[in-house]
Amino acid sequence: MTVEILGGENYITAVLCGELDHHTAAAAREIIDARLERGTPALCIIDMAGISFMDSSGIGLILGRKRVAEGYGGRVMIKNPSRCAEKVIKLSGLQSMVLTEKQEKSMKKEQKK
Amino acid sequence: MKTINSLKMTFPALSRNEAVIRSCVAAFAAQVDPTIEEISDIRSAVSEAVTNSIVHGYKDGAGEIAVTLKLTEDNCLYIKISDKGCGIEDVEKAMEPLFTTAPEGERAGLGFAVMEAFTDDLKVRSAVGKGTSVTMKKKISSRYE
Ligand SMILES: Nc1ncnc2c1ncn2[C@@H]1O[C@H](COP(=O)(O)OP(=O)(O)OP(=O)(O)O)[C@@H](O)[C@H]1O
Ligand SMILES: [Mg+2]
Repeated sequence: MTVEILGGENYITAVLCGELDHHTAAAAREIIDARLERGTPALCIIDMAGISFMDSSGIGLILGRKRVAEGYGGRVMIKNPSRCAEKVIKLSGLQSMVLTEKQEKSMKKEQKK
Repeated sequence: MKTINSLKMTFPALSRNEAVIRSCVAAFAAQVDPTIEEISDIRSAVSEAVTNSIVHGYKDGAGEIAVTLKLTEDNCLYIKISDKGCGIEDVEKAMEPLFTTAPEGERAGLGFAVMEAFTDDLKVRSAVGKGTSVTMKKKISSRYE
């Protein structure tokens, strides 16, 4: 799996690509946490469009980052989960963390300002 | 029901084998042309059981994971994943959604819930100090009949 962090000071996007399981979650956790702890961005978006496999370890990763961000007053949201990621997210009851189209649009407007 | 094919494998309980084992099971299942959705469900359920053996069963050291696959005439895939790890004290409690004994390891307590939701039957047998075995059944739709 690859993890790429995009974005600036106020919010970052962690783009995850590939298979997210217990083995690969460890590296993703380290990379994302390093950025959260260094920059304390108000919003961390986890982009899951490129996830080709996910099990409950992915839920652990999301909830873990949520805990870290909330520790300094930040938030975590999920963007564009792939079909397999969405299925596990739904089962876990975390749908409210998935950005809606409306939310994404208003965020883009914010950025342009 | 008559068994038409079977496979037995053992793996060292290493986290890198989580991907290896679910790929092996998917390859075995491919002979009956499952849908993409079915393959995806099988891969997730297998990954949960294998991860549990590694993270919980063998939390105190190395061990082996045994995987037994069976395909029956009525297009059912039986997947048994067993370890000789620490075992589970209260299986019923362990299977409750959100129950975990390893929150510090960022476990969500959802593994059994995924196995249950993504397969057609789940049986868990465990004995403290002896190990755990999980048997899952997945009916593969016959698309060409
Ligand atoms: N093979 C096993 N050996 C020993 N204990 C196990 C085994 N499998 C499951 N357990 C116990 O059952 C509990 C629940 O398992 P389950 O997979 O549902 O959640 P989890 O592994 O804790 O979290 P998650 O799967 O969401 O990462 C575990 O916390 C563990 O205590
Ligand atoms: Mg588990």
